[in-house]
Amino acid sequence: MQGSPISYSDKKYQVLGTRPIRHDGTDKVTGRAIYTNDVHFPDMVHGKILRSPVAHARIKSIDTSAAEALDGVVAVVTVKDWPDLKDKMADLGEGAVNLAELGANCMAHDKVLYKGHAVAAVAARNVHIAEEALALIRVEYEELPSVLWVQDAMHENAPILHPNLRTDHMGKPGDHPTNIAKHLHFETGDVDAAFKSADVVVEREFKTATVHQGYIEPHNSVALWNEDGKLKIWTATQGSFTCRHQVAELLQIPISNVTVTPCEIGGGFGGKIAVYLEPVAALLSRKSGRPVKMVMQRDEVFEATGPTPGSYMKVKLGATREGKLLAGDATLAYDAGAYPDGVIGPGCMCVFSCVELPNARVHGYDVCLNKPKTQAYRAPGATQAAFAFESVMNELAESLGICPLEFRLKNAAKEGTRRVDGPVYPRVGLIECLEAAKNSPHWNTPLEGPNQGRGIAAGFWFNIGLKSSVTATVNHDGTVNLLEGSTDIGGTRTSIAMQLAETLGISAEAVHPKVVDTDSVGYTDVTGGSRTTFATGLAAYEVGLDLRKQLCQRAAILWECDPSEVTFKEGTFVHQDKSLTFQQLAAQLPETGEPVVGRASISKDVSTNGFGVHLCDVEVDPETGKVRVLRYTAIQDAGKAIHPSYVEGQLQGGAVQGIGWALNEEYYYRDNATMANASFLDYRIPTCYDLPMIDTIIVEVPNPDHPYGVRGVGETPIVAPPAAVAAAIYEATGVRMFELPMSPPKLWKAISEKNA
Amino acid sequence: MPGNSPAKVAVSTTINGQSHDFLCQPRQSLLEVLRDTLQLTGAKEGCNNGNCGACTVLMDGEPVNSCLVLAVEVEGKQLTTVEGLANKGVLHPLQQCFLEGAALQCGICTPGFLVAAKALLDKKPNPTEEEIRFSLAGNLCRCTGYDKIVRAVQAAAEQLQAEEAPLPSSAAHQQAQQQQ
Amino acid sequence: MQSFTYHAPRTIPEAVALLTESEGKSVLLAGGTDILVQLRENLRHADHVIDIKQIQDLARLDGNAKQGLYLGSAVTCSQLLRSPITQPYAALRDSAQIIGGWQIQSRATIGGNLCNSSPAADSIPSLMVHGAVAEVINEDGHQNIPVSHFCTGPGKNALAGNGLLLGLAIPEVGTISGSAYQRFIPRYEMDIAVASAASYIELLEDGTVATATIALGAVGPTPLLASDAADMLVGETPEEALIEQIAQEAARIATPINDMRGTIEFRKHLASVLVKRTLQTALRRATGEVVVSHPHV
Repeated sequence: MQGSPISYSDKKYQVLGTRPIRHDGTDKVTGRAIYTNDVHFPDMVHGKILRSPVAHARIKSIDTSAAEALDGVVAVVTVKDWPDLKDKMADLGEGAVNLAELGANCMAHDKVLYKGHAVAAVAARNVHIAEEALALIRVEYEELPSVLWVQDAMHENAPILHPNLRTDHMGKPGDHPTNIAKHLHFETGDVDAAFKSADVVVEREFKTATVHQGYIEPHNSVALWNEDGKLKIWTATQGSFTCRHQVAELLQIPISNVTVTPCEIGGGFGGKIAVYLEPVAALLSRKSGRPVKMVMQRDEVFEATGPTPGSYMKVKLGATREGKLLAGDATLAYDAGAYPDGVIGPGCMCVFSCVELPNARVHGYDVCLNKPKTQAYRAPGATQAAFAFESVMNELAESLGICPLEFRLKNAAKEGTRRVDGPVYPRVGLIECLEAAKNSPHWNTPLEGPNQGRGIAAGFWFNIGLKSSVTATVNHDGTVNLLEGSTDIGGTRTSIAMQLAETLGISAEAVHPKVVDTDSVGYTDVTGGSRTTFATGLAAYEVGLDLRKQLCQRAAILWECDPSEVTFKEGTFVHQDKSLTFQQLAAQLPETGEPVVGRASISKDVSTNGFGVHLCDVEVDPETGKVRVLRYTAIQDAGKAIHPSYVEGQLQGGAVQGIGWALNEEYYYRDNATMANASFLDYRIPTCYDLPMIDTIIVEVPNPDHPYGVRGVGETPIVAPPAAVAAAIYEATGVRMFELPMSPPKLWKAISEKNA
Repeated sequence: MPGNSPAKVAVSTTINGQSHDFLCQPRQSLLEVLRDTLQLTGAKEGCNNGNCGACTVLMDGEPVNSCLVLAVEVEGKQLTTVEGLANKGVLHPLQQCFLEGAALQCGICTPGFLVAAKALLDKKPNPTEEEIRFSLAGNLCRCTGYDKIVRAVQAAAEQLQAEEAPLPSSAAHQQAQQQQ
Repeated sequence: MQSFTYHAPRTIPEAVALLTESEGKSVLLAGGTDILVQLRENLRHADHVIDIKQIQDLARLDGNAKQGLYLGSAVTCSQLLRSPITQPYAALRDSAQIIGGWQIQSRATIGGNLCNSSPAADSIPSLMVHGAVAEVINEDGHQNIPVSHFCTGPGKNALAGNGLLLGLAIPEVGTISGSAYQRFIPRYEMDIAVASAASYIELLEDGTVATATIALGAVGPTPLLASDAADMLVGETPEEALIEQIAQEAARIATPINDMRGTIEFRKHLASVLVKRTLQTALRRATGEVVVSHPHV
């Protein structure tokens, strides 16, 4: 079911809200679109990485001589080939990174910190020879004890990953070696007093497994280090400029020497922001003098690139008998993986984000352990927190005897609500989403059949702004070429072009958007944080205003009047009784002087605050603990859905990733601290046979910080599903699950114990 | 035997109706040869071990993971890749329906889905939703949640059936369109 | 991928000669859906890959319900599913529909599934309950080995690395009979069995059980025949309570391990659930009911 959005705006648009075919679509359905692995140079060689077979060890020696001697090998790189990097933070838009640690993650220094950690790299005539060469590299390891679970890693006797690490307690350093990199603490009101006055209190502990973004395209990069010192990179990245920044810093070369071409990208979800292959391919290219292509295998993707944290959480909520929330207390410990700076920050900020909570306290811990460095994954940190918080909300609602939807309506965050970490919401759309859920066919259709249940949960993500740049040129045929720096992962070329088209009163098809390299457009932050349609779209709107202004001037030349006397209305330039459409004026531009080129860049330090509500029906096989999702509805405030099909697509895709996280996905470790299921076969992302259609309801409560009311939409949809699925399972079985994934062995066991 | 590879093998095959001759090492997969030797990069490498379907091609009409076929095995075979779906400048209805139905986001799984869906509709022109979902379970998509992919296949099936419907009704359909 | 020489013999003697000459440094390639992954991931090593798909005799797929079925070792799951003569072997068809997705089934062979000898192989319990016999050739000549004795451990079998499976002879099914295969996987497709079971049941006119066979997969080092449990059915009317009892009895032979796919406790439990469910389906099929396991096209 995909209907029209429920709009809270009376603005009418020509282009926005329509569903044109995406501009890059034909290339993608014909196989012609160029992804990084499709980039080919005649003298290109292929690089492969040697990875640690153990989870934690000191590297005693590396002998690459036999690999270097193999016929067909053109370069071998180890940490000796890297510049010595000092601790220095680099802001990557959706989170900052310590460059020394980023470098050590790309290639291990003295220690390997997880199975799969890069140790050396080879470039050879073909990938098979490169693999053979890897087998000839001799590495001596001195194995160290390892730790994989966040609570174990916090223990004072835990194996220490970084001897120099001290806990950062809100800016104050700790005094002893630890794996706890960071301790966050947010507090508002008088939490303890509020709990004392609460009629009902529910406190629960939760655990979630490490999960992977699971994009279908593995990480891949091509690098060419030219003899003039210029480094060209073609890669799958969510942010070409942050990639350029990281590579330049890691290799200690000026950013202007690096050109990053963002190729078509096969999914990212937060996992293709940090670099892995790019600097390695660059070093191999410098050493060999050849273009180098590197493509990860799927096990490398699982074992050595950004999963998102496993977590331990404790959430306590107190409410009055009437169902008014009084107090909340949360402790969140997220694994950062091998290096500090995981996603605990947003976890803490999101845990109570869907409610008005006058008294709240959050403690958060960023914990290092022997897994790959964790990365953002679609609303990073929020899904774990929402699983805990929304589950307690559902249990509290039951204790109070209140419908969980009404309980949420009673306590929903709204304009003026202050979040525990400080910010006060402007106009937001959670209540409208809850109302939409309440009125939905899904909510109003009773379940039929045994072992079925329905669950509800809400979710929030900030949606960031940051920096974007675009340029636009007017063609004489009435079309506009739009150059932008935002990697297009899911149709943003079109959602951005549509905003320019609306501004200029032309059709979506009359704008030709193009994602260009870092030499060809101004700085643009990552496609992440659900910012692209909002922020680069805002830049497209601004460039539209710029073009409009210039075109008014040109019309004034034609009409021999003052530019201020030309107005622009509904796609037409008007002066007294004279008028020209955009297309007509474009055709006459050569007569008016120099070509018309527009530019715009924006820097927005705002959140666009995306709220969603999900409804889930399941049926549980009581004999096996296997869950079937029968029906699912994702409801979300999109502010203004520029291209409703792609908004629906974000809701559906996010919901299904969340369902996968809820039911089956996890990093399963063997006793020797190596991952047992590093393949798509055993990691088990949902297939289409696992799912029903995913219904969507788009709510449009315009964002006051965007001329068209746009809010980001991409991330919020993954937040609610695990809690919604858990609630549905509870209704179906009477069993509350406190651990993700809620996989059949665990659910069967819980059902058996309840029945025993 | 590192570095000491056996001699290359000459293979003749037909791809998208055109004959192709190539040399390959026995250890090279069909996917590798399609992409690196023949520059047919439409088939994508997602996992290289038969679990994602992004490299799906048709071999004598049947969908296969080209990463799990040795290139030497395609001697004398008829292959269809995503590059062969459009016909003389006209998209296949599946391609058109994927575009119109927004059935792709990042697009990396799309070629595999299109080829597998073609195999399905060739075999069963009017599949049920359940049959579509079962038949396409060997193709993973991480972006869309599959909803719009399934709908696009349903739409293409309808379109293909309408095209094959007897002339009177198709003429009536055209007439109806003209009246609109 | 490791380097190897590729051979595509046209006859069985040629294949056997290649196998003998390569002195254990070869692998046989049928559909390749297991072997190519194992070679690529260095789980197996081979200097020679011998492709058996050019051997006409191994592509045999013939027989009928009266004479039984012969499945050449190069017959793919898809070919088996397309062939109407395989209809009476419902358990085997259940298996062939879920060995990987369609792309895998186009290539994967039942013979290859047997020779890969995974404890979780989807076709083996079904072959066992249908009484399939593996026809094998090696330098010592022909041998017929019941599938129930073919596997000797995870990845190990009676071929011992130097024999060639020619095909599988599967006896005719009973007049009033039915069979079924089910596996448990956490998803609904594309997975390896956590536990599996196949059942074959043959009834007399009076509704009592003439013959019953039960096999379990993924709960031991090889697929297992639960003969004692199955024998309890013979001569009885298969009531629900009895089926439940037999299912529990059958699961007693399970000796599963803890791994990423499941716990010992869970697998033992699943074995009994799946035996019960396959017996129920087999019975329904025996009475002529069409029970569709999967929406295979």
